[in-house]
Amino acid sequence: MHIVVCIKQVPDSAQIRVHPVTNTIMRQGVPTIINPYDLFALEAALELRDQFGGEVTVLTMGPPSAEDSLRKALTFGADRAVLLTDRFFAGADTLATTYALATAIRKISTEYGAPDLVFTGKQTIDGDTAQVGPGIAKRLGLLQLTYVAKISALDLTARTIDAERRSEGGVQLLRTRLPCLVTMLEATNQIRRGAMADALRAARAGIVKWSAQDAGVEDISKCGLRGSPTIVKRVFAPAARSEKAALIESGEQPAEALIDAIFKRQPTLETELAALARGY
Amino acid sequence: MGTAPKTAAPASGRAATKKELPEHFKAYKHVWVFIEQERGQVHPVSWELMGAGRKLADKLKVDLAAVVIGPEGEATQSAAAESFCYGADLVYMVADNLLADYRNESYTKALTDVVNTYKPEILLLGATTLGRDLAGSVATTLLTGLTADCTELDVDTDGSLAATRPTFGGSLLCTIYTLNYRPQMATVRPRVMPMPERLARPVGRVISHPLGLVEDDIVTKVLSFLPDRDSAKSNLAYADVVVAGGLGLGSPENFQLVRQLAAVLGAEYGCSRPLVQKGWGTSDRQIGQTGKTIRPKLYIAAGISGAIQHRVGVEGADLIVAINTDRNAPIFDFAHIGLVTDAIRLLPALTAAFRARLSPHSRDRIAS
Repeated sequence: MHIVVCIKQVPDSAQIRVHPVTNTIMRQGVPTIINPYDLFALEAALELRDQFGGEVTVLTMGPPSAEDSLRKALTFGADRAVLLTDRFFAGADTLATTYALATAIRKISTEYGAPDLVFTGKQTIDGDTAQVGPGIAKRLGLLQLTYVAKISALDLTARTIDAERRSEGGVQLLRTRLPCLVTMLEATNQIRRGAMADALRAARAGIVKWSAQDAGVEDISKCGLRGSPTIVKRVFAPAARSEKAALIESGEQPAEALIDAIFKRQPTLETELAALARGY
Repeated sequence: MGTAPKTAAPASGRAATKKELPEHFKAYKHVWVFIEQERGQVHPVSWELMGAGRKLADKLKVDLAAVVIGPEGEATQSAAAESFCYGADLVYMVADNLLADYRNESYTKALTDVVNTYKPEILLLGATTLGRDLAGSVATTLLTGLTADCTELDVDTDGSLAATRPTFGGSLLCTIYTLNYRPQMATVRPRVMPMPERLARPVGRVISHPLGLVEDDIVTKVLSFLPDRDSAKSNLAYADVVVAGGLGLGSPENFQLVRQLAAVLGAEYGCSRPLVQKGWGTSDRQIGQTGKTIRPKLYIAAGISGAIQHRVGVEGADLIVAINTDRNAPIFDFAHIGLVTDAIRLLPALTAAFRARLSPHSRDRIAS
């Protein structure tokens, strides 16, 4: 069995700061991490490999420094890492990203065998779109299972996969055919600690690096900024509210003072809250 | 992988600033909203989008259409009828029993076919698990732009959709255009847009479109569906009152202070993202751009500093009350009422005071 896991190296957004005066992003010194959701996808892939045998290939598109994330994935036990890196990919939106990644996965198929499964996290913490997984599936003509909480069965002979997919009102148990793309939900498994042997191997491992040409991109105009139908016209800081919060003086009875202020501002709230509280 | 934050417009190259819509896209007119229903229930985000869609359509002086996809029968018919009550000028309907359950293959085919046949200029979907699964597939099939999780939708002077969404982890906003492709697609999360008023309107024009599939064409099968038990489901997004805690609570044990106040108020409780990252709270209770968007009548934020990521999720609240020790915390910039104090100390007193205030008859009831 061959599983391709797509990961993304993202800035640790919890640590991004906006310059207070110029309102520009201060990116210097912000550490990068593997998109946390992708780790659940990687773990799910590794567990299947451990159970069924085969190989896990980790793929990312990004600047040369994204090699760090791939090496990290190798320490977890991935068998192979592919970095898709080229200035032509810069500025890609989700559609252009899926074009590049789908092309790379085709190349991986020829070089290392066609994948039975492609995994991604449910979304990234920087883009948050959840669009790239479905986009790759569509580009490659794969079936897709998104927001998967659990892979309940995999039958490599019958070429079927059963998975629990989270929906708004419950859980769908779906059966579909391989090859298939799966996006994994968070907290679906316990992410392993890398074994010492894997860490040593990862430190020495060669990372496969492909430019657009190496990966077999046929139409460079479908990549990066040029291949992106969406265009960012304006980036701006949200407007400050003209009025700041009315601060309650925390005197002897701050709780009572706060409740008075709430009901003074919204007089109907008192009866509504009383009704809600009684109904509870 | 996602929409990587890109640099601002001036540097973004040739097609970026000028609208040169190819000839074959000029037939694309009207604003559409995908009406999401799951097992006979329309998701409220669909009506919220109809409210936003109505404004766009009025500005463009075009029709607003709802797209209803589902099984034959009453639920789908009533979803269509409801669409007129929320402002639809017409409804495109694909009704087929193969559409009883949401499956990516059949729904993608249905929506893509209707788009290709009737050519909308703008197509809006809810950023739900169903909406995101479907929108990504449809946009890739149509090779058009899709802007996720918009917080504001507008039409600019030359008629282009201006879709604004948070970027850089929520610290800034950006406005995104799809200038040279059609339709212009966007998703919006539940509760970001206000719920429009429901009008009693006679049923209008419904245009039916065939699915054109048989069951054997659809590979994916639904083996079973386990609905959430009501007790397990958090109603955070649609709650009237929400109490939430942040890192200012100091320890995971103190999160119960938030839950106790919520219990007394008959409220839902939530938390900020750092709490989920620390494992003190669960992601289904997370409020903010990556969690739930809320629009309660009253929101009490205890020990939450108020990063823009959080602000985006709560600014639709009627009344925001912030409790924080740091007088300069950003939350005081968008809260209506603030109290500069330690939430750990205030919350128990607040819970007791609310309990006393809201049950004035409790003694009478005990007496009787």
